[in-house]
Amino acid sequence: MAIEARIPTILRNYTDGEKAVEGSGQTLADLFVDLDSRYAGIRARLVGDDGSLQRFVNVYLNDEDVRFLGGVETPLSDGDVVTILPAVAGG
Amino acid sequence: MARFDSLLASLGGTPLVGLPALSPSADVRLWAKLEDRNPTGSIKDRPAVAMVEAAEAEGRLRPGCTVLEPTSGNTGISLAMVCKLKGYRLICVMPENTSLERRQLLEMYGAEIRFSAAAGGSNEAVAVAKKLAADNPDWVMLYQYGNPANAQSHYDTTGPEILADCPTITHFVGGLGTTGTLMGVGRFLREHAPGVKIIAAEPRYGELVYGLRNLDEGFVPELYDASILDGRFSVGPLDALRRTRELVEREGIFAGISTGAILHAALGQARKCVQAGERADIVLVVCDGGWKYLSTGAYGGTLEEAAAGLEGQLWA
Repeated sequence: MAIEARIPTILRNYTDGEKAVEGSGQTLADLFVDLDSRYAGIRARLVGDDGSLQRFVNVYLNDEDVRFLGGVETPLSDGDVVTILPAVAGG
Repeated sequence: MARFDSLLASLGGTPLVGLPALSPSADVRLWAKLEDRNPTGSIKDRPAVAMVEAAEAEGRLRPGCTVLEPTSGNTGISLAMVCKLKGYRLICVMPENTSLERRQLLEMYGAEIRFSAAAGGSNEAVAVAKKLAADNPDWVMLYQYGNPANAQSHYDTTGPEILADCPTITHFVGGLGTTGTLMGVGRFLREHAPGVKIIAAEPRYGELVYGLRNLDEGFVPELYDASILDGRFSVGPLDALRRTRELVEREGIFAGISTGAILHAALGQARKCVQAGERADIVLVVCDGGWKYLSTGAYGGTLEEAAAGLEGQLWA
């Protein structure tokens, strides 16, 4: 199962500069654990001690904000694109 | 009624027009609320006037005051007109990566612009404005990102207009920036037409705009209450541009690029309704006209060229 995870500039120091990396997981939470196994430390930037998403991190599954799907328990499928962005306001 | 005592009195009451060419079926219809038909040409006229009037009523704004505001353009332009008419000095903090027309309009209305760095987008403008406000305590920062009068203006005007003109509304799709429109219209519709789905279209910018120094510089507008929304979709410049052009080509509506993003989310929702065999009346916001984005190349050349031109720009 291959998920494409798009990494924001601010977290590319964990992925050796890569802007997109491959990962796997049944849920977003699993994906973060999987990414952390290869890019140590990245998970702690994304979720807090209680496992929920960090306040200033937005995650989109195929362009939909996961906070309106299942949060970190959002199920993933092969070919999904997970985009991670810092919270930046418009207006 | 089409007669008003002055320009400001003509605020709101904007038309709702059907989109017969873009609506997928007779049962799933799209409706566009034309917010470019406001005094300075954008939906921001509503919160701008409301924030100024609220500050005056509270005694925070008095003749001769200086108003300060972080803005990517439209709010600044609205405030500039209102401040010009009411005699307030206005200082806007605006990211440098915004279209030329925004700058020209602000200067025309007499506003002073302090540019903030492109990296960090509006987050940076907010940070710079907060610092300026702290250094100049006699200035009045209306602060659209946290000012309840922003969302309230949409609760009081935009929402009721929509429900009155489309009582069979099933979905409302708005742009997510300060979150004022979605919070205000969303709250109103939840109270008066429960069951209507509130959908946010969030513009997705290039890497430069997300170039924060650290995640602690992240910013969520104080107005934002996620429980008001049913869905939130990220829309990139290519999709936003494609839909903006479709709106011109198929419906004759010349709108700004954020409207393209909103239309993209609305069309996605429409497709789901068709697939589910559900009827729908989807109301979407046309935030402004395309005039102040002409210089960006959004309306000419190939789509890819136009998208490339928006790279690094705060295009919404």
